[in-house]
Amino acid sequence: MNDNPVFARIQAAIDENPVLLFMKGSPMFPQCGFSAAVVQVLAETNVKFKGVDVLTDMEIREGVKAFSNWPTIPQLYVKGEFIGGCDIVREMHENGELKKLLEEKGAEFAK
Amino acid sequence: MAMEASEIERLIIKAIPDAKVSIEDLRGDGDHYAAQVVSSQFEGKTRIQQHQMVYQALQGKMGGELHALALQTSAEET
Repeated sequence: MNDNPVFARIQAAIDENPVLLFMKGSPMFPQCGFSAAVVQVLAETNVKFKGVDVLTDMEIREGVKAFSNWPTIPQLYVKGEFIGGCDIVREMHENGELKKLLEEKGAEFAK
Repeated sequence: MAMEASEIERLIIKAIPDAKVSIEDLRGDGDHYAAQVVSSQFEGKTRIQQHQMVYQALQGKMGGELHALALQTSAEET
């Protein structure tokens, strides 16, 4: 990992939050259909997660694309691992892989 | 800014010659497409790696000129 200061900020956010979604808007008020779709999927799995609104932080918005060599937002990270964007998260949810992965990685679920 | 479906297909096939590509224009605005890409080159690669191969083929247009591409990739015809 090079010494890009934004990468350090991104890495810290990923390390501090077991399930982290870089998105446009917030979980309560998503500002983009793809971000809303991932929030919906995560809500259906009942997993606890944190949203980072990239619209309020241009550096993170561009930095996170280089960080994972992934050109779009949203981006989901679980226990530090990049899981994917909207297409992949939705596909994993539809075939049950997402919930299994969250459980295997020890994510916390709302009661 | 928008892209033609044929241009998306051309770029993907140029980078992944054996790819079978089907593209649907979701809203008719040249900005929101869905694409299925099948190629033996995806064999043994994770979904993320497969999608990254397609994004690389699109030479940086993904997320810029091309706002939305709902992508599905697989190593063989399903």
